Amino acid sequence: METSLKRAPDKAETRHKPSRPCTREDFDRVRRVLGRKVLFTQGDIAISYGALLAGCRFFAGYPITPATETAEIMSRLLPRVGGTCIQMEDEIASMGAIIGASWTGARSMTATSGPGFSLMQENIGYAAMTETPCVVVDVQRSGPSTGQPTEGAQGDIMQAKWGSHGDYELIALSPSTVQECLDLTIKAFNLADTYRVPVILLTDGIIGHMREKITLPEFEEVTITPRKQPSTSKEAYLPFADDGTQIPEMSTFGTGFRTYITGLTHTENGYPSTDNQPNHDRLIRRLCDKIRNNRDKIVEVERDYEDASRGETIGIVSYGATSRSVDYAVKALRQSGIKIDHLRIITNWPFPENEVVELAERVGRIVVPELNLGQACHSVREAVAGRCEITPLWKIGGEMHTPQEIMDAVRGNSD
Amino acid sequence: MFRQARHIREKYLEANMWPSIFCQGCGIGTVLNCALRAIDKIGLDIDRTVFVSGIGCSSRIPGYIDADGLHTTHGRAIAFATGIKLANPDLTVIVFTGDGDLAGIGGNHFIHAARRNVDLTVICVNNYNYGMTGAQVSPTTPIGGITMTSPYGNVESPFDLSALAIGAGAPYVSRWTTAHPHETIMAVKKAIEKPGFAFVEVLASCPIGYGRKNDLKHGKDYLEWLKRNTIGRTRYTAMTPEEVLACDKIVIGELRNEPKPEFTAEWTRLVDGLFVE
Repeated sequence: METSLKRAPDKAETRHKPSRPCTREDFDRVRRVLGRKVLFTQGDIAISYGALLAGCRFFAGYPITPATETAEIMSRLLPRVGGTCIQMEDEIASMGAIIGASWTGARSMTATSGPGFSLMQENIGYAAMTETPCVVVDVQRSGPSTGQPTEGAQGDIMQAKWGSHGDYELIALSPSTVQECLDLTIKAFNLADTYRVPVILLTDGIIGHMREKITLPEFEEVTITPRKQPSTSKEAYLPFADDGTQIPEMSTFGTGFRTYITGLTHTENGYPSTDNQPNHDRLIRRLCDKIRNNRDKIVEVERDYEDASRGETIGIVSYGATSRSVDYAVKALRQSGIKIDHLRIITNWPFPENEVVELAERVGRIVVPELNLGQACHSVREAVAGRCEITPLWKIGGEMHTPQEIMDAVRGNSD
Repeated sequence: MFRQARHIREKYLEANMWPSIFCQGCGIGTVLNCALRAIDKIGLDIDRTVFVSGIGCSSRIPGYIDADGLHTTHGRAIAFATGIKLANPDLTVIVFTGDGDLAGIGGNHFIHAARRNVDLTVICVNNYNYGMTGAQVSPTTPIGGITMTSPYGNVESPFDLSALAIGAGAPYVSRWTTAHPHETIMAVKKAIEKPGFAFVEVLASCPIGYGRKNDLKHGKDYLEWLKRNTIGRTRYTAMTPEEVLACDKIVIGELRNEPKPEFTAEWTRLVDGLFVE
């Protein structure tokens, strides 16, 4: 039985080209689609805008509160700029689809919240093992399990790093403002392509649903870091060879490099080698070291420090939504004469160890407010290693810390 | 015949990967052979073709082909393949999977891809058990089948994978066996040429896994069993209702081939209508 169905329109003429590298023309098109330069919008939507400006042309997702708006905006705007947006059957499939898309050369992204993030973990490990660049947005909500779907939380900090089995490293970023949701999404795509890792944008229901003013960047203000393409002939290309940078050159499916990708332990040529201990050791150490050895280049923090001698000052380490209450508390505390050093973590993973050590050597005590029952404070404690005291300040249930709660924790032992 | 075998080997197979991991009498080699011959008949550009698989014996097939291949996580091959096809519709995407990978852990992706009708070719090597892990019961193990996790005989009803694909909306569905290589080649050829979700189920011998517990220890016996226990669709549809009731054989042949709007073509059309110049 012959079919009368027509194939897709002539491929050369179609505007649907998700895997094509993005040019200035594409950036300007996104700006035209987004309209005004200054907007009043929410975090979830700013993430979509950031992704489009970064050249993301493939989105796969599954509805989940409080991340759904990201998918809604992508479904509305991606067809207008030549991309693909698909609602998959679950978060496992969404994660699989963005990895597949990435190997065609597309910048790809998914967005979810806790339960979906849990489902994605096996494929996030696959992306780490196969060194597939992709961006995963986790708009955190209160857990465990279904928890409080509409309430923000910071409960996935540890899962973001340790969620999949085995040893691997990835990058996770925490925005504190709606503008930063946009800026860090662009950065996330660049880091993913530079280091060939999945990058997690760890925001939460508070920032995701909060509306603030944002300013869209001009083309000149945005850096787009392309993937390192194969520099050898097709015949000589080894997809997992270390060229000295620990980050292999990445081929694109359909370009004749005949690349085989597997989640099994593989050799430089990509083929499985599962019973060779030195080979496994070399591969996994490289996957970890390419991030660990570039920690200083990857890590971004914001310091708001006093000019004071050690012992008189109290330190605060915060990230994400919590930093907003901290900023307010810091101002009020300084007005009342208390010296405060505030370290805002933007890169949760790799953890800014050196920066926390630097703070610990300046202060007598560090307060760590978090919307969980103790996650980043473990990393802080490990970095501080007894250099000063640590006061964790945990809060769960869906409400942010009030500035007063942070001020009380700072004053607690300082009086 | 031999010259053609050499041509297929030299043109398509990955030399570094041999010998294969497959057991003696395994049907997977036949499926690989049939698929490559179908590809050769079409004259498919192998550099514009991506082979995707999940986990299991049959999911090792892409590793033996000198082409782009994505050996993914268990059950998720179709989800990854969907991403590849929708990000670059110019590529031909072929999925190799098994009964456990496709209908056990990956069942949800299977039915949704069939419903969505993305232009993929899915070739399922159905050998009635989880072979890689040492012959455990699968979603297609027949009632009474002995496996390592159904030691007293399987009491669960099995899936009919082709019926499942048809029910989920796949526009092209064929079922053959490794005892019918020529028919399998033609079915794979039509599946690849079909613009839409095309499903080819190949009942395959597994003498070392499933066979050794079920009186099918030898590859040859297995092939004879496959021939004996299957009936062509044309013969089946010509049967009287009484004969149909009495027939306990598996129906093979082209079970569905109908037109249906294909996802990537529809999406491309949508984009071309909405694109902001």
